[in-house]
Amino acid sequence: MDSLTQYIRLYDEHAATICAHAPEALNRLRPHALARLAAARFPRKGDKSYPAISIDEMFAPDFGVNINRMAMPVDMTATMHCGVPNISTLLGVVVGDTFRPSASLERNMPEGVTFCSLARAAETHPEIIEKYYGRLASGRNAAADLNTLLAQDGVFIHIAAGTAVDRPLQLINIFNPTAPVMATRRVLVVMEQGADARALVCDHTQERNVPCLSNQVIEIFVGENARFDWYDLEESSDDTARVSQLFVDQQAHSRFSLNGTTLMAGRTRNNYFIDHSGPSCSTRLTGMAIGMADQVVDNFTCVGHHFPESTSEQIFKYILDDQSQGSFYGTVIVDEAARFTDARQTNRNILASADARMYTRPRLEINCDEVKCSHGATVGQLDANALFYMRSRGIPEAEAKMMLMQAFMSDVIDTVEIDALRTRLHQLVERRLSGEAARCADCKI
Amino acid sequence: MEDILLNVRGLRAGIDDKEILRGIDLTVRPGEVHAIMGPNGSGKSTLSGVLAGDPRFTVTGGEATLSGVNLLDLSPEDRSHEGLFLSFQYPVEIPGVSMVNFMRAAVNAKRKYLHQDPLSASEFLKMMRQKRAIVELDNKLASRSVNEGFSGGEKKRNEIFQMAVLEPKLAILDETDSGLDIDALRIVAGGVNKLKTERNATIVITHYQRLLDYIRPDFVHILYKGRIVHSGGPELALELEERGYDWIKDTVDSKD
Repeated sequence: MDSLTQYIRLYDEHAATICAHAPEALNRLRPHALARLAAARFPRKGDKSYPAISIDEMFAPDFGVNINRMAMPVDMTATMHCGVPNISTLLGVVVGDTFRPSASLERNMPEGVTFCSLARAAETHPEIIEKYYGRLASGRNAAADLNTLLAQDGVFIHIAAGTAVDRPLQLINIFNPTAPVMATRRVLVVMEQGADARALVCDHTQERNVPCLSNQVIEIFVGENARFDWYDLEESSDDTARVSQLFVDQQAHSRFSLNGTTLMAGRTRNNYFIDHSGPSCSTRLTGMAIGMADQVVDNFTCVGHHFPESTSEQIFKYILDDQSQGSFYGTVIVDEAARFTDARQTNRNILASADARMYTRPRLEINCDEVKCSHGATVGQLDANALFYMRSRGIPEAEAKMMLMQAFMSDVIDTVEIDALRTRLHQLVERRLSGEAARCADCKI
Repeated sequence: MEDILLNVRGLRAGIDDKEILRGIDLTVRPGEVHAIMGPNGSGKSTLSGVLAGDPRFTVTGGEATLSGVNLLDLSPEDRSHEGLFLSFQYPVEIPGVSMVNFMRAAVNAKRKYLHQDPLSASEFLKMMRQKRAIVELDNKLASRSVNEGFSGGEKKRNEIFQMAVLEPKLAILDETDSGLDIDALRIVAGGVNKLKTERNATIVITHYQRLLDYIRPDFVHILYKGRIVHSGGPELALELEERGYDWIKDTVDSKD
């Protein structure tokens, strides 16, 4: 049996329990998801756009699912601090798949900001949930539909029209597994017209040699003239598998920016789907990955330009060592109506060992003549001339290599507009490249 | 032997299977300035690269010592720590690595090699300031990436600035005059002269006599087809300027 079937069976057996512990707005979508899943299967390695990773295999282990919403044994949120120095955030924590606000979140919540669980939002903002939940993710693929089938709660972020939020919102996703577990993580972000906010998401796993899987769906609506930045930092463990899908709908004159960083992971597949629903949108997707041992990091992007005068920029960089594998499949679609589109895409990769492997494929589908589109992909080694130049000045080879690798990543890191996070990322990348587990000190839970 | 800084004997080296240096002998003592001249393709840059440890080249014979230490056994970084400095003909641009971090890494690596404590931030910055003045290097270049966007003259001044910081026993200046206008040439040469002491030495590799008007050599060697075919005093450079390299080529080629 393929790995999807076990989850459908799980649902069939426990549908009543699942629904009993979830808001009606989430339950309503399950039958549709179930119907679609009957004919679906997970992509396997070698399938179209899956050169390095098998979603089917990632879901195959006999994971436990917390359908009874068992409370976590210890309330870590009380002692949770982010290790990024000089950062002050509005903090929420997701343990497994359960959202817990930090002790100070309610108190510090600015006017116009809602940051809470989906279950709670179903009571406080029913019309918003009704309008937006599942709208972008439904029917997109098997993992997204499975998420909709099993999601019982999640995270809700709503920024009211015209509200600019100074402090970043921060979400820390934690795995603290005692037995193999799959978490269905769900996030809904609604940025009303003219709203302006940034969110930082950190994925951590406590090292216990217990396999865990997160199947995450994030739906983001960026209203007219709104601006939203999403910083996603994965720093999990060898035993963590992650399928994370971000769906973004951008209205006219909106700006969306993503930084997706994979510092430490087992197997990771990130899908980024961005669609413009009005003219003059700006989209920036940046990402970087450092792969070691037999880790696999796979990013897939698809930016749909459907209206005129929008820009999109994609920069993804990988450094792969040992037997690690990376993949970047980047798609830009420019519709006939999307005149004066300016779309750029860059993917640069360094293979630091002979056994590392990178798959890269740009795909531009351009159906309009009046556009500027560019793409470029390179796979190579560190610049031998630069390395010798540095060594001739007395910088030891290992240190010179490290400096060059850091430099390679620096333009991606420099796109981060939260100062404290940018500084921290430089440090974390340096630590990670020197072979240390790049853990944010205080997040070691 | 005590006062020999660089001692090269029968040095043979090449790239892939092609032999470029075919037996180099060279002796440099403290306080001396040597010029190595020669037509294009004679092996001048190979010689500097081999001495500095450029991994592109393979040494196939001979030896080279610096103050008695066998250079050929050392990594490029240890050769630098032992007091060898190569000013590159084409200084490498390193986007994303700032001059400050680059120099700090270089200085502290050397101090570590010599069992000294790393410099404090203020000591380091003070040293940078002092050394920059020697070649009139603009402060704003220090915050930029190594050589990135530097003009030709700035790159060469940056080389001499690094030399000033690292205080080598032996500096090899590989075609330092190439791409320089007369003002930049004067500044670069002036920097080299300021750094000259009776304990260190300089090898100037150049195609033209021009640089030697500013950096006066004690000895001039002519390199041709991978060998030093002729050595003399400063007057040899003038003779070359006047007569070109053809008479050297003719003399050597008729012997072969």
